[in-house]
Amino acid sequence: MFAYYFDLGLRSLKRNPALTALMVMAIGVGVAASMITYSVFRAVSGNPIPDKSAQLFIPQIDGWGPQQNRDGEPADALNYIDAMALMRARRATRQTFLYGLSMSVLPGGNQSLPVAVNGYAVYGDFFPMFEVPFLYGSSWSAAEDDGHAAVVVLSEELNQKLFGGTNSVGREITLDGHDYRVAGVARHWDPKPRFFALFNGSGFQDPTDFYLPFTRALDVQVNPNGNSCRGHLSFSGWNDWLQSNCVWVTPWVELDSASDVAGYRHFLEGYAADQQRAGRFAWAPNVRLRNVTQWLDYQKIVPTESRISLIVSLGFFAICLINTIGLLLAKFLRRAGEIGVRRALGASRREIYEQYLIEAATVGLAGGVFGLLLTAVGISGVSLLFSPEIARLAHLDLSLVGLTLTVAVLATVAAAFYPAWRAAQVQPAWQLKAN
Amino acid sequence: MTVHPIIAALRRHKAGVVLIALQIALTLAIVCNAIFIIGQRIERVNQPTGMHEENDLFLITQQWVGAPSADDPAGVEKLDSMQQADLAALRNLPDVVSAAPIRSLPLLHSGSVGGIGLKPLQQKDTIDSNFYYGDEQALPTLGLQLIAGRAFTSADIQHKPMRDQSEPVLAIITQPIADKLFPQGNAVGKVIYLDSSSTPTTIVGVVARLQSAVDTAGSSLTWYSALFPVRQDANFSRTVVRAKPGRLEAAMLAVRPALYTVNPMRVIDEEHGVRSFADIRADAYRADLGMAILMSVVCLILLSITAAGIVGLTSFWVGQRQRQIGVRRTLGARKIDILHYFQLENLLIAGIGAAIGILLALGLNLWLIIHFEMDRMPVIYVLIGVLAVLVLGQAAVFVPARRASNVPPVVATRAV
Repeated sequence: MFAYYFDLGLRSLKRNPALTALMVMAIGVGVAASMITYSVFRAVSGNPIPDKSAQLFIPQIDGWGPQQNRDGEPADALNYIDAMALMRARRATRQTFLYGLSMSVLPGGNQSLPVAVNGYAVYGDFFPMFEVPFLYGSSWSAAEDDGHAAVVVLSEELNQKLFGGTNSVGREITLDGHDYRVAGVARHWDPKPRFFALFNGSGFQDPTDFYLPFTRALDVQVNPNGNSCRGHLSFSGWNDWLQSNCVWVTPWVELDSASDVAGYRHFLEGYAADQQRAGRFAWAPNVRLRNVTQWLDYQKIVPTESRISLIVSLGFFAICLINTIGLLLAKFLRRAGEIGVRRALGASRREIYEQYLIEAATVGLAGGVFGLLLTAVGISGVSLLFSPEIARLAHLDLSLVGLTLTVAVLATVAAAFYPAWRAAQVQPAWQLKAN
Repeated sequence: MTVHPIIAALRRHKAGVVLIALQIALTLAIVCNAIFIIGQRIERVNQPTGMHEENDLFLITQQWVGAPSADDPAGVEKLDSMQQADLAALRNLPDVVSAAPIRSLPLLHSGSVGGIGLKPLQQKDTIDSNFYYGDEQALPTLGLQLIAGRAFTSADIQHKPMRDQSEPVLAIITQPIADKLFPQGNAVGKVIYLDSSSTPTTIVGVVARLQSAVDTAGSSLTWYSALFPVRQDANFSRTVVRAKPGRLEAAMLAVRPALYTVNPMRVIDEEHGVRSFADIRADAYRADLGMAILMSVVCLILLSITAAGIVGLTSFWVGQRQRQIGVRRTLGARKIDILHYFQLENLLIAGIGAAIGILLALGLNLWLIIHFEMDRMPVIYVLIGVLAVLVLGQAAVFVPARRASNVPPVVATRAV
């Protein structure tokens, strides 16, 4: 029966090409607009580390005070003094402190022109904490952290550029005039958004090229990519700057249980209270401990454009569906006479209902296919609205194709509930009499 | 013609009436908010930065490799002489009018923000302002309009490491700062205190306008800018260059060879090392422009779909009512009466839809204000929207209504 109704549906679509085209276009455009904006939204709002996002926390301590912080919230990063205090306390299962670096590397001997590369100064715990996969070698050890070792972990891409993709563990590279021994090469790893380094970055920047030990980077005085300071500052060099209120270090801790989290929060409050007693802070403890998802929410990492355009397209889709309800109603009731004859010949209401729902589903399917074509075209136009680094995240994959077709068919069938019900209510006697 | 029979007839088509009215209401809500957003974005994109002939400008960002540290005096002197050598090479290029070291440019989304106060050691700064640092060529290169006082001379220029926190002696501020700090006028010659400092900085000039380098989300910071006569020394440098009119591309192409000749140990990013200001501007406003285009497309498609829906349903009604139309024509109704009937009917439905739509539009606007820090929509946009959907309804109903008016009276006698 399904095949027969499907065939009837197709025939009926052919009978009213203008009306059919109108419905198919409305559904296609509506579903395409929703899918294009959803593909961007999906890319930017995804959880970059789903299996650990509830165990990784970023502690924040207010070192600026109510006069200078923004809306009472502590800064997005720590100053050097507080970061080092947390580092030495070692209250978490694992912990890392990091900051962004822009450096240069000589790709082929000293004759070539230097190339800019970007990376992070991190502790060895960084790699197991964030589950960085390794192609060759491994991360450096805690002993190498403490020994300020001149080692480096390269990305797969930089290893390709510098060593042609061969196992480069043990070889040396020169960054900003200092030599580093390659300890490992990370397999391609670029979580989007880059949740662990949102200070001074959109979260969707170019992939990272390398990682250096934090302790070594400080030894050779590599400046951070950005820092933020408050009030009147009176420093003139590196050491003064380290002791200032400038924030630039992003801390991360791994806490496995709820009691660990409570314990760490307690420790942070205690630390801030100690600083207040010591006279360093002239304000009550103001600390935060957010996990990855809370941190992404707080940082408003999803661009406003993405949210607004998704909402607008969903509203747009709703209007297209209301339009479809009206047109289906007109289309079905125009055939009241035909329905009357079928009912008189013994078809039950239920059968009429089914037939018209299936007819609607064929419209939905056609709309879905049309919508798919529009989505494919539209995704290449996403760069109009979003910056290139975000636009390249949107792509048409199998799941999006499936979703587009499913949404189109389901939405159209839902829109057909009322018109099909009206069609099933047609009184056979009335229709036969009128004819 | 009375409205009474129309309402009586509509009672028999409740579903269709509700659907059209709802569609018109939602269309109105989305369209007037969309037009409002488009208007706002276009206004923002079109605001001038305060720089004259800004399309002749470009920015060079480069980083030295193995540069001396800016934390000891000898290193600073070395860095400064390297920067001076670069500037000399750039100023000598045939297609270049002038070049100046600069900390940032309007719309670059990277820059320095600090506080300005009126008293020494002020607890909280009076205003926040963009801090631009450049030499005596910065003002003419940017093409700023000086409206009071004087520009910097080469004697005013200091050079300092970027981390040096000592306050500049002189400053040029924008008119909005002058208006805010010295409402009685005559800002030139007055002193200000930067970042709650105890040392005064003297204002020597006022420029009409200079837009912010950072994303200010429309706050007063957008137009609060100050320029200081300081050439900053660090392991990287930024230079703004004004090319001769029409020679921008040639000038930009000449930069890399010239700088590598001076000193090859440097990194100039392939993509962003040498950027035209037009490119910086396009980047800064990409989202605004894209949003305006998206909203326009959505509006257009939405209006056409709603119009098509009205045509579809009215055609169906006309087909259904053939016989009644025939009866009315037999009883003496003219063609124009039938036409008016359907037009009035549509006006009635669209009117109800528009009334609901106004509420929805204001509700949507309120929701956008709460969640997306949007501004309140002026009533004029709602009125434009109402007018648009009413006109749209009348235009859409015209064809089916005319077909209805062409139904001959003889139909009344036929069995349909």
